[in-house]
Amino acid sequence: MKTVAKFEIKYLQYLDPDGKPVQKTLPKFAQDVNELVEMYKKMSFVRVFDAKAIALQRTGQLGTYASCLGHEAIHVGIGLAMIPEDVFCPMYREYGAQFERGVQPHEVLLFWGGDERGNNFSGPKHDFPWAVPIATQNHHATGAAFALKYQGKKAASVSVIGDGGTSQGDFYESLNCAGAWKLPTVFVIANNKWAISVPLEIQTACETLAQKAIAGGFEGIQVDGNDIIAMRDAMEKALDKARNGGGPTLIEALTYRLSDHTTADDARRYRKEEEVQENWAKEPLIRLRKYLESLGAWDDAKEEAWKAECAARVDEEVQKYKAAGKPPVESMFDHMFANMPEDLLKQREQAIEEAKHHG
Amino acid sequence: MAKVTLIEALTMAMAWEMKHDNSVVVLGEDVGVNGGVFRATAGLQEQFGKDRVIDTPLAEALIVGISIGMATQGLKPIAEIQFSGFIYPAFDQITNHAGRIRTRTRGRMHVPMVVRAPSGGGIHAPEHHSESNEALFAHTPGVRVVMPSSPKRAYGLLLASIRDPDPVIFLEPTRLYRMNKQEVEDNGEALPLDTCFVLREGTDVTLVSWGAMIHETLLAAQEMEKEGVSCEVIDLATVSPIDYETILDSVEKTGRLVIIHEAPKTAGLGAEIAAEVADQALFSLEAPIVRVTGYDTPMPLFKLEHDYMPSVARVLKGIRRVLED
Repeated sequence: MKTVAKFEIKYLQYLDPDGKPVQKTLPKFAQDVNELVEMYKKMSFVRVFDAKAIALQRTGQLGTYASCLGHEAIHVGIGLAMIPEDVFCPMYREYGAQFERGVQPHEVLLFWGGDERGNNFSGPKHDFPWAVPIATQNHHATGAAFALKYQGKKAASVSVIGDGGTSQGDFYESLNCAGAWKLPTVFVIANNKWAISVPLEIQTACETLAQKAIAGGFEGIQVDGNDIIAMRDAMEKALDKARNGGGPTLIEALTYRLSDHTTADDARRYRKEEEVQENWAKEPLIRLRKYLESLGAWDDAKEEAWKAECAARVDEEVQKYKAAGKPPVESMFDHMFANMPEDLLKQREQAIEEAKHHG
Repeated sequence: MAKVTLIEALTMAMAWEMKHDNSVVVLGEDVGVNGGVFRATAGLQEQFGKDRVIDTPLAEALIVGISIGMATQGLKPIAEIQFSGFIYPAFDQITNHAGRIRTRTRGRMHVPMVVRAPSGGGIHAPEHHSESNEALFAHTPGVRVVMPSSPKRAYGLLLASIRDPDPVIFLEPTRLYRMNKQEVEDNGEALPLDTCFVLREGTDVTLVSWGAMIHETLLAAQEMEKEGVSCEVIDLATVSPIDYETILDSVEKTGRLVIIHEAPKTAGLGAEIAAEVADQALFSLEAPIVRVTGYDTPMPLFKLEHDYMPSVARVLKGIRRVLED
């Protein structure tokens, strides 16, 4: 038998877990130390926010919350690479990306606090809200990419799923379609090794998730998702390619879910503490901090001052979240249709009336 | 004015809207060169190009999912699902996204999308090609369900559905695709959604039906006329939300109601209409409400399909039942 096709998967990393550059040259943005400091600060803010959200849930002030602990480099990297005209189709923990796009932290809290107003967030009005049904958002990104191409816009869509999401039919269908139609879209897989309690080796026999792109007929690369320089660089290149007619890219971002799946989960039931500890050594903030310290651009005093600033800002956001109160009962109905059906209007009146007695 | 079949009227409506609105695109399996397996999109790709009449990969969840993506970004997709029996993989996208996005984003995003699908039996088709599943979508908040029953209503209701800023599941009765021709003026005029059509006025019994069963219902009404019974025939047309006002007005006049649908009985739309009429107009009723429906079985293969589908005789039997009391 002769070989009719051959494929290879590239891996991208600029900073190793100790904060040492592993390549001779860094991407242009990473040669600017001030920019790297900003990137570090953004990740640090996300982490402070995340810890606060968990604390709110633990004290009964927030519903179930999906932590992004450990994913900060992937999320902020995505957000920094996107332009406002791009369309973002997240799953449900990409706060770092969304903050870059103008979503306000209190809006994230509103959503997890059981309030749809959180989905009417600041930032681009064409960005999708959080998608809880796994991998369904891949189709929205593919359709949005079609629309952008059809309208002649120089923009692209980005969807994010987890490693578990790659088992869904929607994911494969979208890869296939985006490849066949050469659409301007970037598929990101945040491979954090765990889909709730199911480890990656149960999801797939593949050596990489990046290779799933081969089935779609386009490039898939693996990136160190704990290295924000690699993540941003890979995203910028993929988006640039997409916006210029080069078609889709799949980016498998390797990371580790340092938190429980959500606050409703207890990961101690299914994974070893040693594994979690090993991965703390590779997490995204520490390596960039070490690198910045090696350049003399960061130190303990700066760290402390920045953390205090983050905490103050997060507190302001928490106040806004708490001040939002309960949405009016009729808001359940008011956005169902542009033209409200008669019977729904009656149900709306009934709900308002009931709320007077029970609200 | 040309006399056209129901399916030709659908093609006319899509062509009109594509000509006048550049944001309208048609997508689905075999909709391009082939013009769809029933030819609903025949000639559209030739006229409007491959960018606007798009053959998709064979994946129903994809077809509806990408239509949502398109619709939220300024396009008005008309997605064709080849048969309504194949729509189930897309149910996730319809119920979890299409019907929810406007509400969950508090109006920030909306989904002006039409999902067309041939529906119902009676055309001697293979398995999974004859389902009547409108009740599943009627139970889904946030989407409209429309079923035309004549070429004129197919034209006007499809135009209205494309122009509506919210998702519409547009179920087309395959049995009626080429059954009759009717003069349809290609003038771009839409018919109203959320409104029943009174196809025949009467004073003794109200018959409510939709889609292909309108055919049997009208024949039954003609039969009853010979016996001196005057039937009012209401075509639901927009199957969800239901225009109860027209139905209640009619029942208050006739005092008798028969609901006819091809779909299974249990938890079907007949039950919904019966419950609402009982709630709103019980004292206008002279007799119990009767349903004439398909059975709670899978749609049988075609040797038995006419035993499954309500016949004129079964509709007549239903009418006679409400006249007994």
